[in-house]
Amino acid sequence: MSSRLSHPVDILRFNTCGSVDDGKSTLIGRLLYDSKSLMEDQIEALERSADITGGGQINLANLTDGLRAEREQGITIDVAYRYFATPRRRFIVADTPGHVQYTRNMVTGASSANLSIVLVDARHGVTEQSRRHTCIAALLGIPHLVIAVNKMDLVDWNEERFLAIRSEFEGFLPRLDVLRDVKFIPMSALNGDNVVTPSANTPWHQGPALLGHLETVHIASDWNLSGFRFPVQWVNRPNNPRDPALHDFRGFSGQIAGGIVRKGQSVLVLPSGLKTRIRDLWTHDGSLDEAFCPQSITLVLEDDLDISRGDMIVGLENLPGMDSDLRARVCWMHPRPLQAGRKYLLKQTTQTVQAVVTHLDSRLDIRTFESDPAAPQLAMNDIGEIRLHTARPLVYDGYPQNRLTGSFILIEPGTNMTVAAGMLHPPSALVKPEYTDFAI
Amino acid sequence: MSSYHLDHLQYLETEAIHVMREVAAEFERPALLFSGGKDSICLLRLAEKAFRPSDLPLPLLNIDTGHHFPELNAFRDHRAAELGARLIVRTVEQAIASGIAVPVPGEISRNRLQIPTLLAAIEEFRFDCCIGGARRDEEKARAKERFFSFRDGFGQWDPKNQRPELWNLYNGRVNPGEHMRAFPLSNWTELDVWEYIRRERLEVPTIYFSHRRSCVRRGGQWLPVTDLLPPKPREDVRDLVVRVRTIGDIISTGLVESPANTVEDILAEIAAARVTERGSRADDRSSEAAMEDRKKQGYF
Repeated sequence: MSSRLSHPVDILRFNTCGSVDDGKSTLIGRLLYDSKSLMEDQIEALERSADITGGGQINLANLTDGLRAEREQGITIDVAYRYFATPRRRFIVADTPGHVQYTRNMVTGASSANLSIVLVDARHGVTEQSRRHTCIAALLGIPHLVIAVNKMDLVDWNEERFLAIRSEFEGFLPRLDVLRDVKFIPMSALNGDNVVTPSANTPWHQGPALLGHLETVHIASDWNLSGFRFPVQWVNRPNNPRDPALHDFRGFSGQIAGGIVRKGQSVLVLPSGLKTRIRDLWTHDGSLDEAFCPQSITLVLEDDLDISRGDMIVGLENLPGMDSDLRARVCWMHPRPLQAGRKYLLKQTTQTVQAVVTHLDSRLDIRTFESDPAAPQLAMNDIGEIRLHTARPLVYDGYPQNRLTGSFILIEPGTNMTVAAGMLHPPSALVKPEYTDFAI
Repeated sequence: MSSYHLDHLQYLETEAIHVMREVAAEFERPALLFSGGKDSICLLRLAEKAFRPSDLPLPLLNIDTGHHFPELNAFRDHRAAELGARLIVRTVEQAIASGIAVPVPGEISRNRLQIPTLLAAIEEFRFDCCIGGARRDEEKARAKERFFSFRDGFGQWDPKNQRPELWNLYNGRVNPGEHMRAFPLSNWTELDVWEYIRRERLEVPTIYFSHRRSCVRRGGQWLPVTDLLPPKPREDVRDLVVRVRTIGDIISTGLVESPANTVEDILAEIAAARVTERGSRADDRSSEAAMEDRKKQGYF
């Protein structure tokens, strides 16, 4: 079991998507099974349920479809997360639903992924769901994409069929220009061809099997390391009368959302615009000289400034935008449609503010990738462009520049449901450095 | 770029600290569920990393079934005292006495009775969020769980109606009477927990290490012989060198034969294991959806 040996390795997060019955859950089952990541009791449980459902054949999809309703209907309703490891890497897999009704869960699984696998049934080719999921992966700025052309055994491993599907994708991929790294792999998840081991059935396929690609895809540069961003999450004020050293301690805790910070560095506190320096990078394990995204740390500043949760501490270079009039792309996730004029709560980084949708600019047609400016509303699972006005200005970056400071959710007051995933457009103007001059 | 790189444990740690701080910042009355088991031991260390040098901004809560291993309760009390944390214990015993929890006639296990006891404690202290040590790799209903798991006025989990969870933005808003469960260890595996215990040099209760104990073979597992679980005639009873891999109720915790004496030994053992941790929990074996059913009723 060398595959589960413990030594420091990095983590790749990926999700699977595609239409119902394209074989997503089967693919994950196969990855776990063939990489020897399944335990005997899990295999036994699969065999037991195979006996119950008849046929006697192990159903690998039952590994991830764990809810009663999922097994009843043979579909995936909610995201299931799976974990496995090889000597080269550890993996967090989000098995996300293909059913149109559950697109919001697909977005849930994909928002934190480094890589998305879009499954396509080789018999059916590119469907509306394949286009929708590829489009969502592009909108979410997922850096790496794998198009898994599955069920190749059912089209006699026909290379022409594979190439036809590939060229259909290549016809519309350029319109989703953020996707830089796209790989096509022919496979049979059911039989294990090109999943963990290269298949003799595809002598014409030059690329790696899926697992080999997942193990080697370069993800070190997926985090944003330019432009220091520190949303203040929690103010650490011990105010401890027993310990004089702690009496004056005032730290700002949070997770670095972009860039690198060093002791002694000058920083700007937004939205107040006050300038100060980093006195210490405090952690429970001792102080650091330098920290980087996405570390969770506590900053101690030179000056005693009024800073609270929701403020952002940033570096003096590569400044963010700050505005209460915003443009964004949203994926709508609620049965009650989005209409201009509605008020919501908007959570971005560590702040929650009131926001009103001032204008619905357009709705995206997934089939044509054309924008419809006349759309009166966004229904569940629609993607559209909106304008927002917030009660307080947001400090933010464009989503393509920073996934953590450029993203938000909308919450419906009353029900508290999360109704939209939002991605901000790059700011039209950045915070001006001279903003600080009169602040000190 | 190699110097600006987190290994998997550092990544899991920073994610978990972020979740802990979101809970502390967004809720008025949060609590941390602490049983003294390996997962909640990691939770406590993460709480220290998230909130020190301040005192922990939330009390520890334990629901004691009365069927716990005595070693575990002693460890729980000693750790809470060491950290200067406030420890609240509510027992199934009291819950039965006051009619909050009603045992099924003939059922010895108190696993199910923890649910009403926990919900009553949440109501009593008006907790609006409980941090728990559940991990998604434990069980397939757990694999569907969110970091922030919304519970309605009855404490129920509705797997079909979970809030979408996007990026690192957690929607922690609840109306009065509702509450949230937060699971910072969602993305951790059993191996990660033990690697973290090794890296952080965390103390764990002695029952995780090999010791000699009288065991009875039942339902394909070795269970500890106690007053609660006397062997029946003709049952296979042996004196074995065992340890626990996962700790539940003393009557449903399967013991594994093991010579593992140190954290290193345990890591080697898990790396070579051929069954999952939950394979040794009798409470999960009652039906394929046992965990799902318990969670829907309010289990964590």
